Amino acid sequence: MHKTPLLDQLESGPWPSFVKDLKRAAAKKPQTADLLGLLERSYVDKITHWKHGGIVGVLGYGSGIIGRYTDLPEEFPGCEQFHTIRVNHPSAWMYSTKALRELMDIWDEHGSSVVNMHGSTGDIIFLGTRTEELEPCFAKLTAKGWDLGGSGSAFRSPSCCIGPARCEWAMYDTLEACYELTQEFQFDLHRPSYPYKYKLKLSGCPNDCVAAVARADCSVIGVWKDDIRIDQSAVQAYAGGELKPRGGATKYDKLDIQKDVVELCPTRCMSWDGKTLKINNRECNHCMHCINLMPQALRPGTERGATFLLGSHAPILEGAQLSWVIVPFMEMEKPFDYLKELMANIAEWWSEHGKNRERVGELILRLGMRSLLEAIGVEPVPQQVRIPRANPFFFWHQSDFDAEAKGRRYDTRQGFVR
Amino acid sequence: MTERKTDIGPPHYGQFLHPVIKANYGKWKYHEIIEPGVLMHVSETGDKLYSVRVGSPRLVSTDFVREACDIADKYSQGYFRFTSRHNMEFFLTDLAQLPALKADLAAKGLPIGGTGHSVTSIVHTQGWVHCHTPAIDASGIVKAVMDDLFEYFGSHELPAQVRLALACCLNMCGAVHCSDIAICGVHRTPPKVLHDKLRHLCEIPTTIASCPTGAIRPHPDKSLKSVIVNEERCMYCGNCYTMCPAMPCFDAEKGGIAILVGGKVSNSKTPPAFSRLAIPWIPNNPPRWPEVVAAIRKILTKYAEGANKWERVGEWIERIGWERFFEVCDIPFTFQHIDDYKFQAYDTYRTSMHFKF
Repeated sequence: MHKTPLLDQLESGPWPSFVKDLKRAAAKKPQTADLLGLLERSYVDKITHWKHGGIVGVLGYGSGIIGRYTDLPEEFPGCEQFHTIRVNHPSAWMYSTKALRELMDIWDEHGSSVVNMHGSTGDIIFLGTRTEELEPCFAKLTAKGWDLGGSGSAFRSPSCCIGPARCEWAMYDTLEACYELTQEFQFDLHRPSYPYKYKLKLSGCPNDCVAAVARADCSVIGVWKDDIRIDQSAVQAYAGGELKPRGGATKYDKLDIQKDVVELCPTRCMSWDGKTLKINNRECNHCMHCINLMPQALRPGTERGATFLLGSHAPILEGAQLSWVIVPFMEMEKPFDYLKELMANIAEWWSEHGKNRERVGELILRLGMRSLLEAIGVEPVPQQVRIPRANPFFFWHQSDFDAEAKGRRYDTRQGFVR
Repeated sequence: MTERKTDIGPPHYGQFLHPVIKANYGKWKYHEIIEPGVLMHVSETGDKLYSVRVGSPRLVSTDFVREACDIADKYSQGYFRFTSRHNMEFFLTDLAQLPALKADLAAKGLPIGGTGHSVTSIVHTQGWVHCHTPAIDASGIVKAVMDDLFEYFGSHELPAQVRLALACCLNMCGAVHCSDIAICGVHRTPPKVLHDKLRHLCEIPTTIASCPTGAIRPHPDKSLKSVIVNEERCMYCGNCYTMCPAMPCFDAEKGGIAILVGGKVSNSKTPPAFSRLAIPWIPNNPPRWPEVVAAIRKILTKYAEGANKWERVGEWIERIGWERFFEVCDIPFTFQHIDDYKFQAYDTYRTSMHFKF
């Protein structure tokens, strides 16, 4: 075992220590002992000692494995090759212990015994193995019903919130949608053929527990169209302090319905006379604040579906973006055909026009939102923008004049006759 | 060779559902958090499920996962889950089991918390343990910060939830850009081109194409078969190093950490928002990064003192004004705080008289 005086300082303290845990794996695995030694060296040198270089993978796939090599192979031979295997996680990261133990056994046999539960995109990350272990490891994974996740310029493993499995606010079946869409795009997940990565995250409600709006090109967020369901006696119980605000998630004892709920409603569509809570539902913008504060009194409506937003990613090319509303409401019933078709159409437009390493949100910035909407056959609606443009500098197209001449609306795609 | 299975996708989640979850799928009525880290979900059927949320380092051994399985076998009928923030959740059907579960978790040094108005686990990236472009480590800083903020993990003492995230370089795999407090590794120096190695290791067209700002060009001396970097355009992303290992961009002393604050993803009250720059650079100081830990504690403490009920960090700052935020947190305002990067920049300049002295 290498000496690790700097890392040893991270063994103390109340938060669970990854160093303690790596040492357990290192006691069994020489390559993991080298990993600790190499990490200690980075703590001394204050730079990384990993290189990318060298494409590795399993037969027939172009993604799922990240090649990794150290720049100090003589000193740390166990890290000479230390590839990552991404294993596509199940919906909402739920497991049986039987399945997890099988996965861990496979990884003990073929790799470093170090894992991430989970990686940033959602996959189970098997951290560190050699090229010759990849194919046998993959065979064992598929034999137990597991497959690799995405990497590179591919469809990435979708992820979703806990949804209807354990949440009263799920506006659609996030787990089933996640599973269905993952299956639908298997080919694109394993064979990178897009300009860059293409991510999908599915949240059941506007609280967005998987950060879909920020972390996925395709963000699907549950929403309802009809009225919030109110239990007035429960509202009274919140007002009286018998029920705790936010279900007990706070240090506050009692809700002041007027101050905490009504006056903080972003659309001011609520009123409270001390007895009855009224909501002008037509003006509600589904922010979830009132529902979050009074989960026993208020419930989302029953006409349910999801909003489709597009384009978010982290920098650098054009800077970070949040996803934009493209389709304000879509029904989300199995087999989710509309969503599948929409995502395929978007990918087709992006693949045709996108430059290498240009995310779909960046392409929209370059070619314009109209170009996207026309290509995918989605009509312009005010829900797509926060505010309209503040200038009269817009382009006219021949198709606008043609439509106008035929007595059709010039302001939409020719096909959208209303 | 036996038939090779491919493109089967992940297993269907249906086989991984706890029996009470399976029986009440889509029937949940409401929830309560009966104490920090312990959620109770109540179904239309009257069934109750208690979920116990437990912190994890995310970077773990197979034995760690097996021990979690042992706990799940003992208390949770052989099922458990991980959250989107790397916590684990065990499911109880009988609250009488909670004290024993707590004792078992405590014996393993696993903390309960991360619910409601807490600081929950930090979403983070790989750092020096496995990434080829990081400016900083990830797991080490997370450990140091969570050790310091530990009191907030197992309590509901803050005005609202505070979500931290860490990305070890500007590529932000951790997508930290919408977090209440974001820790972001930054390189501050352009790559050094190793001409002797480059011609043997790298494809010049893909190296040039990898640069998001177009700063890389073929070397004017064609016999070198190398590239040059227009250093004024370089944004220090390390993408060229990904394509070409002969372009290292690391500098042990100049690399460091930026802190951004005020982002969110939920729609509650205010729309999702980006995190904004609070501190442009803090030295990279392993193994415990005391300057980073102190800076985050200071921001969190000032927020906890100054925010109204239910206000997220960004909502608090929006109300008091950024000039006031920099003042109360004792953070100097610098050129780096004024945006000059691409299209978002113009949207951040003030055009009103609505400011404070």
